[in-house]
Amino acid sequence: MGFLNALRYCLRQTLLSIARNFWLATASAAMITVSLLILGSFALVALNAGQFLNQVESEIEINVFLRDTAQINDLGREIRALPGVERVSYIAKEQALDEMRESLGERRDILVGLEEDNPLPNSYRVRTANAEVVPAVAGAIEEMRGVEKVRYGQGYVEKLIMITRWVNAAALFAAGLLALAAVFLIMTTIRFSVMARRDEVEIMKYMGASNWFVRFPFLLEGMVVGFFGSSVAVLMLGFVYYYLLLQVDQVSLFFIQLVTDQRILGTLFGGLFGLGVFIGGLASSISIRKFLRV
Amino acid sequence: MIQFYNVTKLYPNGVKAINDISLRIKQGDFAFLVGPSGAGKSTIAKLVFREEKPTAGQIFFNGRNALRFRGREVVAMRRRIGMIFQDFRLLPRKTAFENVAFALEVTGVSGWEIRKRVPEVLKQVGLEKKVDCFPEQLSGGEQQRVCVARAIVKNPVLILADEPTGNLDPETSRELMELFVQINQSGTTIVIATHAWDIVNEMKKRVIALENGRIVRDEEQGSYGYGVS
Ligand SMILES: Nc1ncnc2c1ncn2[C@@H]1O[C@H](COP(=O)(O)OP(=O)(O)OP(=O)(O)O)[C@@H](O)[C@H]1O
Ligand SMILES: [Mg+2]
Repeated sequence: MGFLNALRYCLRQTLLSIARNFWLATASAAMITVSLLILGSFALVALNAGQFLNQVESEIEINVFLRDTAQINDLGREIRALPGVERVSYIAKEQALDEMRESLGERRDILVGLEEDNPLPNSYRVRTANAEVVPAVAGAIEEMRGVEKVRYGQGYVEKLIMITRWVNAAALFAAGLLALAAVFLIMTTIRFSVMARRDEVEIMKYMGASNWFVRFPFLLEGMVVGFFGSSVAVLMLGFVYYYLLLQVDQVSLFFIQLVTDQRILGTLFGGLFGLGVFIGGLASSISIRKFLRV
Repeated sequence: MIQFYNVTKLYPNGVKAINDISLRIKQGDFAFLVGPSGAGKSTIAKLVFREEKPTAGQIFFNGRNALRFRGREVVAMRRRIGMIFQDFRLLPRKTAFENVAFALEVTGVSGWEIRKRVPEVLKQVGLEKKVDCFPEQLSGGEQQRVCVARAIVKNPVLILADEPTGNLDPETSRELMELFVQINQSGTTIVIATHAWDIVNEMKKRVIALENGRIVRDEEQGSYGYGVS
């Protein structure tokens, strides 16, 4: 019975306290909003940059030009067996000529008469699971019998891989730093608001309040403040991002594809929200700890 | 109820507020602590309430060594003591009602009983009209009476009152003392630190006189006795 009364007291206390410390609570919530907005915007940018690079990488293909004497089917089987190879398609020399004619458009006349003595080789087009394995796969194919030449944009691919690696590492590092900064900012804000009430905590202890009785309303208050702060942040981010999606759709920047995967976005927004609530509660319950020892 | 054995309190700044005091206050006693400003009256109250710890000596509360109390036992002890602080220490963000109610809430008393008991006590100290005021909206004397109400509402076994009449007019002071006597008759031990010599002389209760941190006099039915008739 005593426990229930105490619990009821704590809940009522939390609401009252927020109402009476309205501006302090609002300031803390705003701080949480700002921190999460910065972190969230960065995460969204990084997410899209990652997707863009992935897309560029997925365009990379290895062209394997074959000698006319090559055992086409055996070679195809061998290539498919290589680790990291995803898709292999055979392009006969006739098809290659057609494609070339296509790409020349108006000036296709220069190809007239080549049908009889087609100088283009048969080839395989190989796609890999990711860009990283391209040089290795290309190297392995080059060793195979019947292979004349291997082309995959040597030099260019290696550079792209380097860039992707750096971007990933830098994004992870920056996101970690920003997350830490956000946590620190929120902690400091809430610690400040608890500090302003340390006398109150001391008196409560002198009145014979147990530690959790003093702490629980503060913990709840921190979580409620975190809840509002991160709700605003997530809603704002969500609206702006959605608006961007619509805009990009309209001007049809076809080469930019924004991340629209519900699951990924959901995880990101949910994570931001959880972080705000969790840090809010944690911060106030940690900040109050040292005032409880009287 | 309370025993001090050779208690000395040296504050960190080197002030010896209490110097080798031994003292015994029995259950049901009514005692005044008197002495000039700085004599150590508040320090004695703080030592009992465990707001301060002595530098040397032993303190017993209800026959148990209070210096060995751990967190939970300190909390339990404070719930049984009604402390009236010289500087009030009301919760600034709570109304008079809520400040008094808080003393009951910490012990998990039901809301129904709180709503019944708190107005009763506030009426006893003459604050029935100020129930919903915040401390900053109250005069010094009114704040002091909220503090008194907060101490007596929980039916403590011991009331430690540090200058409970410091901000009150003579009439209200006497009424408050009457209230203390009444509470004392139901068995509650009462210790009052005060400068109100006239009241002390009138009431003929036990008087413990301090000077420079030492007990210079301890009489049943004593008087204030500092150059006043
Ligand atoms: N926290 C403290 N730190 C250092 N010295 C203190 C502290 N509290 C009290 N003192 C000193 O201890 C001595 C006794 O103080 P105390 O408050 O017990 O006096 P008092 O008898 O209650 O005086 P008053 O009648 O003015 O309330 C004083 O000299 C005071 O300066
Ligand atoms: Mg004093």
